Amino acid sequence: MQITVTVNGEQYTRDVEPRLLLVHFLRDELRLTGTHWGCDTSNCGVCAVWLDGTPVKSCTVLAVMADGHEVRTVEGLANGAELDPVQQGFVACHGLQCGFCTPAMMMTARWLLDHDPDPSEQNIREAISGQVCRCTGYENIVRSIRWAAEHGSGAHPAETVPAREEVRA
Amino acid sequence: MTATEERPIGFGRMTRKEDARFVRGHGTYVDDVQLPGMLHAAVLRSPYAHARITSIDTSAAEAHPKVKAVITGQTLAGLKLAWMPTISYDTQAVLATDKVRFQGQEVAFVVAEDRYAARDALALIDVEYEPLPPVIDARRALDADAPVIRDDKENQTDNHIFDWSAGDKARTDEVFANADVVVAQDMLYPRVHPAPLETCGTVADMDPITGKLTVWSTTQAPHAHRTLYAMVAGIPEHKIRIISPDIGGGFGNKVGIYPGYVCAVVGSIVTGKPVKWMEDRSENLMSTSFARDYHMRGEIASTKDGKILGVRVDVIADHGAFNATAQPTGFPAGFFSVFTGSYDLAAAYCSVTGVYTNKAPGGVAYACSFRVTEAAYLVERMVDRLAAELAMDPAQLRMRNLLRPEQFPYQAKTGWEYDSGDYPRALALAMDMAHYDDLRREQAAKRELGELMGIGISFFTEAVGAGPRKHMDILGLGMADGAELRVHPTGKAVLRISVQTQGQGHETTFAQIVAEELGIPPDDIDVVHGDTDQTPFGLGTYGSRSTPVSGAAAAMVARKVRERAKIVASAMLEVSQDDLEWEKGRWFVRGDPDSGKTMTEIALAAHSNLELPEGVEGHLDATCVYNPPNLTYPFGAYICVVDVDPGTGQVKVRRFIAVDDCGIRINPMIVEGQIHGGLADGVGMALMQVIAFDEDGNCLGGSFMDYLLPTSMECPSWELGETVTPSPHHPIGAKGVGESATVGSPAAVVNAVVDALTPYGVRHVDMPLTPAAVWRAIQGRPLRTDLAIT
Repeated sequence: MQITVTVNGEQYTRDVEPRLLLVHFLRDELRLTGTHWGCDTSNCGVCAVWLDGTPVKSCTVLAVMADGHEVRTVEGLANGAELDPVQQGFVACHGLQCGFCTPAMMMTARWLLDHDPDPSEQNIREAISGQVCRCTGYENIVRSIRWAAEHGSGAHPAETVPAREEVRA
Repeated sequence: MTATEERPIGFGRMTRKEDARFVRGHGTYVDDVQLPGMLHAAVLRSPYAHARITSIDTSAAEAHPKVKAVITGQTLAGLKLAWMPTISYDTQAVLATDKVRFQGQEVAFVVAEDRYAARDALALIDVEYEPLPPVIDARRALDADAPVIRDDKENQTDNHIFDWSAGDKARTDEVFANADVVVAQDMLYPRVHPAPLETCGTVADMDPITGKLTVWSTTQAPHAHRTLYAMVAGIPEHKIRIISPDIGGGFGNKVGIYPGYVCAVVGSIVTGKPVKWMEDRSENLMSTSFARDYHMRGEIASTKDGKILGVRVDVIADHGAFNATAQPTGFPAGFFSVFTGSYDLAAAYCSVTGVYTNKAPGGVAYACSFRVTEAAYLVERMVDRLAAELAMDPAQLRMRNLLRPEQFPYQAKTGWEYDSGDYPRALALAMDMAHYDDLRREQAAKRELGELMGIGISFFTEAVGAGPRKHMDILGLGMADGAELRVHPTGKAVLRISVQTQGQGHETTFAQIVAEELGIPPDDIDVVHGDTDQTPFGLGTYGSRSTPVSGAAAAMVARKVRERAKIVASAMLEVSQDDLEWEKGRWFVRGDPDSGKTMTEIALAAHSNLELPEGVEGHLDATCVYNPPNLTYPFGAYICVVDVDPGTGQVKVRRFIAVDDCGIRINPMIVEGQIHGGLADGVGMALMQVIAFDEDGNCLGGSFMDYLLPTSMECPSWELGETVTPSPHHPIGAKGVGESATVGSPAAVVNAVVDALTPYGVRHVDMPLTPAAVWRAIQGRPLRTDLAIT
């Protein structure tokens, strides 16, 4: 069936199978491969995108459910060449390693900061608790989001490296 | 460019070069590869753990309008590909022909126009099975009446794979016989799965005209895969190109070659089109390399005042249906014999028996440094058991028995030569950071109130960075790694390495290694990796070997370039090479620091018409192969603080203090990130992760609804500390660190929980310490965690 979905401000009209998942629509049809797929069961959250301004797990949304709606993905996070503070924060605070969970983590982080510009560590942990990262142990993701909160409009990440918190003998 | 801590020319904290693409969503993972005309594949898997296949009817699937090929074991048998060799000198069915031997085993492979159609067609394949009794409990695998799983193998009349031992048995028995105190403990390190968020998959593209096979694959070892494809499929090795693009986490899961990869290659040959195959999550958890599954009986002997004398351990190792464990030849139990840990023992001995069961094959995956994880867990649990027996503080018991700095290099009783260490300093720092004495006081006060708080310690020593190639190979491929460094005329450089990143940040740290050696800014050095057509041969990234082996190769090749630069500089300055001195980035005339040439000037001159001494070629480019003289031995002291709810058995990790010593740190930011991730892994394994089975061999951990991974809510804010004891034999003094925290942390968590449960007389609980397992332990009815048997 034919659907029209607005993704990152651009309208796309496609003929799709009714059972096509939104994640596959974005990845295979629109070639927006920044959104990943990881589990089928809504547990890992690497497929999170915004649907009408709210994060959803796109592996459990049918593409046809997005017909007439607005989707925002990681490809729509930066403002042209200028990275969103969340993206800058993830670079500055080493909030990613393999990068697979990163786009979805950043989309959730952006949503959190839009609704709670100065979140506590606990609020950040709760906001990302529906998403899994296997590399970072979450520590630097939390710091990255705090960094973004503190650098709303953003210094360049290369100019900022997180304070050393280690203890040396 | 001036070096600062944030923009070092060499070692130091710097943000990662690779992040630019990842934060924009522009990484290229295997499933992002889209080729013209590409087809999609899916695998039909066995619903049974053990069954004879009586017939397979693929006609309905073949009639599906979008299906291009259906491949079965019989198709492969015609190509002599129905079975493939494993990396442990066993064989594994690519697609089952005679029997299925674990639930989820590959039975048929469908190639179709899109991924949905490929899945649809699986349902059209009709397979008739005759179920057979399965072997699920490894401890019953060698029973006389156990069904024989591997009846495909000539002369295989039982489920026995190997017996292996290390250490001096007679001497150990003697030490135990004369010891004041001997404590024994059975423990299981349950089967777990690395579960990288990107599942395994491949895009195979055989060009029918050139005969060149290009494979984009989720592989941690692209060069080894190329050689194995050549050996298995008979394709000439120069006609195979393996590309390991961005990898969404490996953790050992992406070391081996899986049947789906081989089928995708066959699919491409059969259809003449590129074929993509990506697992779904259940396939990943149920069929690809698991880890651990060690049933251990440990014993520890000491004097009555707490001098540890010996450790002894017997292991039944569950290797699943095919022995597909990835470990060096001659090490069927990996490096498990490093179970003597961080202590000065009089004697030690271990014996390991490997058995087949009707479970998925594999065995060594998951950030374990070739079974050092099991070894560290064993000895650290045993030391805590001893402390409880002697009523000694576990920190004091460890401090008393740790190797002393002056004992290095230390010859362990099972043959390892530990390169360097200052263990008491690391433990003292961890105790200091934790405020250990205050914690013990708090615990005592809480116990008065009936509250359960536990403090757990572990002190681990790892053996990482295989080779040396004289002692270590995989299927005859020596574990050495190559590097090539080109310095362009303008002084910018390209480093080509044999290992590749799955998130470890090689593109940054390897540039930093060259930067440190040559004084060129890291941003001026591109690191090329993950493409066998573009990089020198090497064994790949696993077992924390990138920095110990390939990192050393990068340093050595840069030093070769530096020496070439010296020759050019001497010609430029018209002085003897003997009169030149190096400072980072330039050669200068001794005693005349103003007369010197920078690497940029030298690079241009090396490509110019400058007259060079007789026999000296131009340019600065160099290659090298690094064969490590020994492993590196990182170590660390971990302290975990938990609170346990006695009503529900719920464990909350309140604090985790980790002091790591991995020698010189190339990029401390990245090292800390590696440790953070490993700590979360350890908490996950200790508290929630297990691939369990029911009595019919049904996998009970086949989705993320059943196989639980730690989230941000279960992880505390990690508290890190460091000591630096350089490796004396590594060119830059570095040791591996990628797996340290995964190796060291599970014992700390379990020790903490058991410590919390001391008022109930609990001495041990097997992982994972789920609320049910902890609650049952409190009730005095321990739960068996690996089987759905209570």
